[in-house]
Amino acid sequence: MAEETRKVEKIVGVNGNMITVEYNSRIMQNEVAFARVGDAELKCEVIRVRGKYADLQVFESTNGLKVGDEVVFTGELLSIELGPGLLAQVYDGLQNPLKLLAEHSGFFLQRGIYLRALDRELKWDFTPMAEAGAEVVAGDRIGFVPEGTVKHYIMIPFAWQGTWQLKSVTPAGSYTIDDVMAVAVNDRGEERKVTMTQFWPVKIPISDYREKILPEKTMVTSQRTIDTFFPVAVGGTFCTPGPFGAGKTVLQHAISRHAEADVVVIAACGERAGEVVEILREYPELIDPRTGRSLMDRSIIICNTSSMPVAAREASVYTAVTLAEYYRQMGLNTLLLADSTSRWAQALREMSGRLEEIPGEEAFPAYLESLIASFYERAGLVELRSGDTGSVTICGSVSPAGGNFEEPVTQATLKVVGAFLGLSRERSDARRYPAIHPLDSWSKYPSLAAADQLACAREILRHGSEVNQMMKVIGEEGTAIEDFVTYLKSEFLDYVFLQQNTFDEVDGATGADRQKYMFNKVVDVLKTDFEFKEDKDFARRYFLELRQLFVDSNYMKMESSEFKEQEKLIADKISQCAIGA
Amino acid sequence: MRKVYHNIIHIAGNVITVEADNVAYNELAEVTGSRGTSLAQVIRLDRGKVALQVFAGSRGVSTQDQVRFLGREMQVSKSPALLGRVFNGRGAARDHKPDITDSMTDIGTPSVNPAKRVIPKNMIRTNIPMIDVFNTLVESQKLPIFSITGEPYNELLARIALQAEVDVIILGGMGLKHDDYLILKRTLDEQGALSRTVMFIHTAADPVVECLMVPDMSLAVAEAYALAGKRVLCLLSDMTNYANALKEIAITMEQIPANRGYPGDLYSQLAARYEKAVDFDGAGSITILAVTTMPGDDVTHPVPDNTGYITEGQFYLRNGRIEPFGSLSRLKQNVNGRTRSDHRAIMDAMIRLYSEFKSTLEKQSMGFKMSGWDNKLLKYGRRFEKEMMSLAVNIPLEDALDLGWKILADCFDRTEVGIKTELIDEYWGKGE
Repeated sequence: MAEETRKVEKIVGVNGNMITVEYNSRIMQNEVAFARVGDAELKCEVIRVRGKYADLQVFESTNGLKVGDEVVFTGELLSIELGPGLLAQVYDGLQNPLKLLAEHSGFFLQRGIYLRALDRELKWDFTPMAEAGAEVVAGDRIGFVPEGTVKHYIMIPFAWQGTWQLKSVTPAGSYTIDDVMAVAVNDRGEERKVTMTQFWPVKIPISDYREKILPEKTMVTSQRTIDTFFPVAVGGTFCTPGPFGAGKTVLQHAISRHAEADVVVIAACGERAGEVVEILREYPELIDPRTGRSLMDRSIIICNTSSMPVAAREASVYTAVTLAEYYRQMGLNTLLLADSTSRWAQALREMSGRLEEIPGEEAFPAYLESLIASFYERAGLVELRSGDTGSVTICGSVSPAGGNFEEPVTQATLKVVGAFLGLSRERSDARRYPAIHPLDSWSKYPSLAAADQLACAREILRHGSEVNQMMKVIGEEGTAIEDFVTYLKSEFLDYVFLQQNTFDEVDGATGADRQKYMFNKVVDVLKTDFEFKEDKDFARRYFLELRQLFVDSNYMKMESSEFKEQEKLIADKISQCAIGA
Repeated sequence: MRKVYHNIIHIAGNVITVEADNVAYNELAEVTGSRGTSLAQVIRLDRGKVALQVFAGSRGVSTQDQVRFLGREMQVSKSPALLGRVFNGRGAARDHKPDITDSMTDIGTPSVNPAKRVIPKNMIRTNIPMIDVFNTLVESQKLPIFSITGEPYNELLARIALQAEVDVIILGGMGLKHDDYLILKRTLDEQGALSRTVMFIHTAADPVVECLMVPDMSLAVAEAYALAGKRVLCLLSDMTNYANALKEIAITMEQIPANRGYPGDLYSQLAARYEKAVDFDGAGSITILAVTTMPGDDVTHPVPDNTGYITEGQFYLRNGRIEPFGSLSRLKQNVNGRTRSDHRAIMDAMIRLYSEFKSTLEKQSMGFKMSGWDNKLLKYGRRFEKEMMSLAVNIPLEDALDLGWKILADCFDRTEVGIKTELIDEYWGKGE
C-alpha cells in the first residue's frame, strides 16, 4: 500500500478485543487497520464510527496495548486473495495459511504474523483463451490453468469497473501467480495488469452472473435419510441444528466426504480444534471415488476454532463463502459446510455487547436475522455470463443453547433455508444415528425416491410413532395387532434404512442407485400384509430377524456374491409370513 | 522505578478504577493500602481511566491507596520443583514452603496451531467399565463430569487420576470446600501420587478473582510440562464456580448479560481454557477432566450447555453412577476400533437394550402386563446396572467385554441382540 494512504491514529480505549481510536482523517466502515504493539501489528476492522471516535474489533489478543499506541489504517476493506493454489489449503479465518504458519512460528499461533495465502513460487501451466484487442469486463475469462482436476479460469478482477480492451495476452507457458497474464486499457487510457490473483472483500457477494436459477436437482450426499427423505438441492441451503452430542459434526464430515460436489469448503467456525485435526490428517489419505484423487484436493478448510480470536471467527464464514463463490464462477458446484453458525452469531453478540448496543432476544443483536439471511442468500444455482452454470450450496450447522430450537439463531436460520435436518437428543441417546428426526425435519427439494413410495414410508413412520405413544398409555396388550405391526414396520424402516453407520466403509455411503434399489425393497416390506395370528411376541421376533438380515446386507458390497445370497435369505424370510406369498 | 498512582476514582465489587497513563491492557499492578498489598489486573482502558480487578477484593481499599503497575502480565513458574507442591490462585505457596519464582512463564498463551496437533489415538484405561467400554477416555481429550452437588465427583476425579497412566497430574481447585481439598490431597497422598502432582487451590473462602486465575495457572504449567514431552492430566473442579466468578466481574463491569446473567463471551472464555487440551505433534499431551456442577440438575443451564458444545463429550454422574444416556466420549471411535473386534458392537447393543429396558420400566410402573420380551429386558436391565454401571466395579476392559457377552447370553437369544451375525458366531457365550 502506498505511504500517503496510510493514516496513523491513536488508541484511546481498550475493552477486551475492541479498541477505540480517536481519528482526524477519513475513516471507512469495515476498513482494515493495524494496531502496533511492540514489533507486532495486530489486524483490526472498523465496526462503528461515533463522533470523532471509531471502534475497531481486533482479530488478535489485545494484551499489552496502551492508550496512545498507534493504529495504521489501510483504506481497504477486509479482503482475501483469490487465485490458483487455494484447493487443499488450510487457512484461519483471515486466510492465513496454517501449515506455513506452523513452519514459521512453531506450536502456537503467535499474534501479528500474516503470511501470504498463495504460493508465489509455484508455477502453473497457463493456456490463454482471449486475444489482444478483445473487449472485456470484470469476470471475463482470459485463460486457465489446471488445478488438480479443476479447470481454474484466470478472470478479469471482479472489482474492475467499465469496459476494458486487452492490450496483450501472455502466450501459453508456465508462470507464477504474480506474473502478468494480460494487460488491459480502458477508454480513459488507464492501463492495468492482470495476474493470476485478485483480491475481493469478503463481506460483499461476488455477483458476476446472468441470473439465479431455481435449484431443482438433488445433491447426492450418500446419506440415506437425507437423499431419500430430506434431500438437498445443488445450489440450495440447509441447516442441521441439534443439541451437543447429537452428531452434527459427524454428519457434516460424512456429507463433506461423500457429497457430489466439485469443491468443498469447510468452515470450522468456533468449534473444536480436534475435529479439524481429523480432517487435516485424514483427508489427504482418503480417496475421492469420483476423481480417484485425495479428498483434500477438492477441499479448502477454513479453521477458526473456539480458542482462536473471536473477531476472526466472525470473518471466517465470509472468507469461506467468498472462496465458494469464486470457484462457482468457474462453472463448478461448490459446497460450503459451516460448523457452526451459532458460534458466528455468538461472535456477533460478543462484539455487540462491547459496543453496548441495545440487545435483542437472548442478547443477540437486533440485526442478527438479516445477517443470517444475507449469508444464506449467497448460496444459489446461477447461470454465468459464459453460459455455464455454477452453484454454491450452503449447509450450516446450528448449536442451539440448551438444544432448544426456539432460540433466535435457529429460528432466523429456519426462515431462509430450503431444508431442515433437525437432530434430536432422543434419537442420539438411543444410538439411532444419524439422529435426524424423521418426523420433525422437512425439505423443499426433490427426493431420489418416487413420491408415492415416500408418502407410504412417511405414513408408516407417522402412524408407527403414534402407536408407540399410545402403547405407552394403554399397554401392548391393549393394542390391536394391525397397529402393532405398523409400529414394528416403522421400527424396521428406521433400523434398516434411516440408521446408517458412518464409520463403516460400505454402510457409510449409499450411492443414488443403491439407495433407490434399497428403498424399493424396504417399501415392498412396508406394503406387504403379514399373518401373525394375533401373536405379538412372534411378530416382534419375526421383524427382529428380518431386520437383522437387512442390516447385515447393508454392510455387504452390492456386487458381491454374499449380497446375492443375503437377498435370497431375505426373500425366504418375507415369504414365511407374507399373505399371498 | 515505575510511577505510583493514588487517584482511585471508582470502587465497586472487586473492580477499582484509577487514573493513570502508559498502562498496558492485561498488565498487573499492586494495590497497597492500610490492609496490606494485593495484586490486581487491568481489565479495561478508557482514555486516562484504568479499571483493575483486585485479587483480594475491594473491601478496605481506600481512594488514597497506592497503585503501582508492574509492567508485566500474570506469570507462573514452570519449574519441575512445582511437583508435590500446593499453590493458591496467585501462584503463591499455600503449603508453608517457600514460593517458587524461577523460570516464570506467561499464563493465557496463544492457542495451538491446529496444524501442530495430531489425532489422539491412545486410550487412557480407568478400569471403570462405564468409561472403558462405553465412553472410552482418550489421551488429550477434554471431558467434563456433569454432576450435582452432593455427588462423589471429586472422588471419581481422584480415582481416574490414580488409575490413569500419566506422567504429571495438575489439580486446579476452584471454589472448593476446604474439606474437599483436604480429602483430595489425602487420597493422592495415600496412593503415592502426590509427588507427581501440582495443585493450584482456590477454596470457597478465598477472594473470587483468584478463582479466575486457577484454570490459566494450571493449564500454563500443564502446557510447559507437555512441551517438555510429559503426558499431563489436568483436573479442574469446579468449572461452574469459575463461570460464576466470570459472571460476577462482568456484572460489576456493567457488561450486558447474555443468558441468566452470564457474559456473552462465556463460550469463548470456557473454550480458551478447554482447548488447551492437546496432543502435540512431537511433544507431550494435556488431557483435561473438569467437574461442572449443574445448578438445579439442569443441563440446559448456560454453564453445562456451553461446556457441552466445547468439550469432546461428557460424563453424567448421577446417583453415584455414570449414566449411559447423555454420557459420551467423542473420541472413543479413535481407539475402540483397535481394542477388540467386539468392542463397538457390545457398546452399541448393550446401551440400546438398556434404553429399551428403561421404556419397559415406564410401562411396568404404569401397571401394564409384561410380555415375554419385557421380562427379558427387566432381567437384563437389573444385571446391567448391578454388574456394569456400579462404580464399585473395577475390572480391565477385556474382562468387562466378556462380562457383557455373558449378561447378553444369560438374558437373550442370539437373534434378539441386534449384533452382526459374524460377531455373534465368534463371541456368543463368552465369559461363561
